[in-house]
Amino acid sequence: MRYFELFDLPIQFEVDTQLLVERFRTIQKQVHPDKFANASEQQKLLAVQQASEINDAYETLKAPLTRAEYMVAEHGFDVRHEQETIKDGMFLMQQMELREELEDAEGASDPEAALDDFFDDVKRLIQEYTDEFVQRFEAEQFAEAAMAVKKLRFMYKLKDEGQALEDKLLDF
Amino acid sequence: MALLQIAEPGQSTNPHEHKLAVGIDLGTTNSLVASVRSGLPDVLPDVDGNKSLPSAVQYLDNGVEVGLQAKLNASLDPENTIVSVKRFLGRGLKDINELYGDLPYQFVEKEHTVNIQTRQGEKNPIQVSAEILNKLHQRATATLGDALQGAVITVPAYFDDAQRHGTKDAAEIAGIKVLRLINEPTAAAIAYGLDSGKEGVIAVYDLGGGTFDISILRLNKGVFEVLSTGGDSALGGDDFDRAIVKLLLKKANISERLSNSSLRKMYDLGRQLKEALTDQDEVEFKVELSETTVSGVLTRSEFEAEVEDLVKKTLRSCRRAVKDADVEIDDIMEVVMVGGSTRVPLVRERVEGFFGREPLTSINPDEVVAIGAAIQADLLVGNKPDSDMLLLDVTPLSLGLETMGGLVEKVIPRNTTIPVARAQEFTTYKDGQTMMAIHVLQGEREMVDDCRSLARFVLKGIPPMTAGIAVIRVTFKIDADGLLSVSAMEKSTGVEASIQVKPSYGLEQNEIAEMIKASMTNAKEDMQARMLAEQRVDAIRIIEAIEMAMEENPELLPDAERVKINEAIANLRTATQNEDGDAIKANIKALDDTSQPFAARRMENSIKQALTGQSVSDV
Repeated sequence: MRYFELFDLPIQFEVDTQLLVERFRTIQKQVHPDKFANASEQQKLLAVQQASEINDAYETLKAPLTRAEYMVAEHGFDVRHEQETIKDGMFLMQQMELREELEDAEGASDPEAALDDFFDDVKRLIQEYTDEFVQRFEAEQFAEAAMAVKKLRFMYKLKDEGQALEDKLLDF
Repeated sequence: MALLQIAEPGQSTNPHEHKLAVGIDLGTTNSLVASVRSGLPDVLPDVDGNKSLPSAVQYLDNGVEVGLQAKLNASLDPENTIVSVKRFLGRGLKDINELYGDLPYQFVEKEHTVNIQTRQGEKNPIQVSAEILNKLHQRATATLGDALQGAVITVPAYFDDAQRHGTKDAAEIAGIKVLRLINEPTAAAIAYGLDSGKEGVIAVYDLGGGTFDISILRLNKGVFEVLSTGGDSALGGDDFDRAIVKLLLKKANISERLSNSSLRKMYDLGRQLKEALTDQDEVEFKVELSETTVSGVLTRSEFEAEVEDLVKKTLRSCRRAVKDADVEIDDIMEVVMVGGSTRVPLVRERVEGFFGREPLTSINPDEVVAIGAAIQADLLVGNKPDSDMLLLDVTPLSLGLETMGGLVEKVIPRNTTIPVARAQEFTTYKDGQTMMAIHVLQGEREMVDDCRSLARFVLKGIPPMTAGIAVIRVTFKIDADGLLSVSAMEKSTGVEASIQVKPSYGLEQNEIAEMIKASMTNAKEDMQARMLAEQRVDAIRIIEAIEMAMEENPELLPDAERVKINEAIANLRTATQNEDGDAIKANIKALDDTSQPFAARRMENSIKQALTGQSVSDV
């Protein structure tokens, strides 16, 4: 859990994002390559490496999904590049229903309202799977926690697709 | 007039302690050089008092004319006088033809770039840019009266990797040490932010001669954090001029291609009319071409109708950037206008309409970028060791690799804070496959053909295995200048086969060396003298830095290591007394290696210290 340690934060899903960003800035003021513009090549290289890691750590912890992915990956369950589908009948049904809801939203008489309903559903399910993840993780059931993260990934993906549709409707 | 400054007691007034550094705005239409002197940033004028240098380069029978005179000669000698060369940096002929249409040059197509045929032979856009930088370099040394330690050069935020590399190569050819490439809107934000000491979210709308950028930044306690950036590296005031030319030719019923000289005259007229329409509602014009005479009246509303779509295009980028920044338009506390093209009334009107607030123009939009770059240069060169200021910029475009079926797998998404290193793992497709073609792309689209191809290389020596067993780890690194390097390695068997990418569009190191030589009269000796001087400067800089570090953190340095470092310093000092550049280089490397563990400990320590300090103040 090096990323949490870097920012001197407790290893838990709930993160004080204000504190995180403040610490991120504080550390970057120390290690950023701009502070080593006059230093030797190796020093510069070291600064680039450090600053890159701090940036990566910050971006990972900042967003809930990447944070959860990181937490299970650290316990040997790397789901970040997995393409495999989830064999959970209930979940698949839910996915299909949401996909239909999204497809219908585009042709609905009031697409924006339909999209809002869709977002409400997605948000509720994101909360549900997040809770599931936190519980399993705290109980050290990492395989189950990783499964919850996989489901979360699908939910966030749907949310992105919804936003892409919203962009389209709002003429981006 | 600026007030004279008096140093605080105890503060150094020794002029040799102040290192000379400049900020350079290498613009499409005009370029500027600025520097911080006596604590104040200022644009450096030429001997006649002109602050901006037209980015025009004329190749004469003997020598090169750069600046105003070249610009004035453009219509008399269009083939040999290159204006707006920035638009050609890192671009191929197909792009240039599509984007800019008829241009009065003889282009020579190269693999990924173009050369321009002049009376002095073929010139690469990088070389032409180097002539402009060279002129600014001369101006700076003449004004400041001493050798430069380095420069911060600005580039459009939306410049891709090829264009950034080109800019850096141009500086190298011009003999300028690049402290950093920074993005133009970010530079402008520094100039404004430091001026006002503001905190919060700001937007910088930068419409220059050939490029458009929009950046959203958060300012907080000296940290300038770029949240998102967007734009178009082929949209600017030149396109407004071109729109006017198109309209005038249509109105005059001219459909055949004009001579190069007439074409240049028309573009000049287009710019004059555009500028005149800033204050006037209509302008009368008359221009004598070799073919015919074009005259009439152009009204502001006619002009606005022609450029409306271009302005709309910029607003679309604004909307995207605001969204990418994850802020609401109402959160944006200030909108800063940068670039000469923001003088066009329609642009101001539309930007004000979009953001719902009157944009800021209190710093001259032509100078603000150079001033911000000068402030950053002053900081980077070490004139303000106690400064709290920090820039955190992002990469403007997503970077990825080609995968099966011509698809692009993104490795680093756009708007990721730099520097950044990301790795992605791939596997083989066929049994016994021993090579893998790696194709690096930049852009937002999903298909390879819609993205910019940056580089291709082949990873060889993969041990033969069943398909899907080998693990190829491809690592993308973007440094603080926004420049990319890619390496690949087969890791499942522990066999390393890694390679560093050389961009396919840029100049090879030996080509750069050739161009430096070509730009000097006594090529070989000058080249060696320059290398030697650079090595000496580097050596002194590094010795100073390490000695300062040793003074600051003696507790992190065991005696045995201290002895070794001191020895390495002494060796390097001796080497600088001699004329052997290679020996200096070797000794710099030796000192660097010896002090590496100490440097690493110092960095770890500084992070701990910083966080401890903060935890205490938090309580």
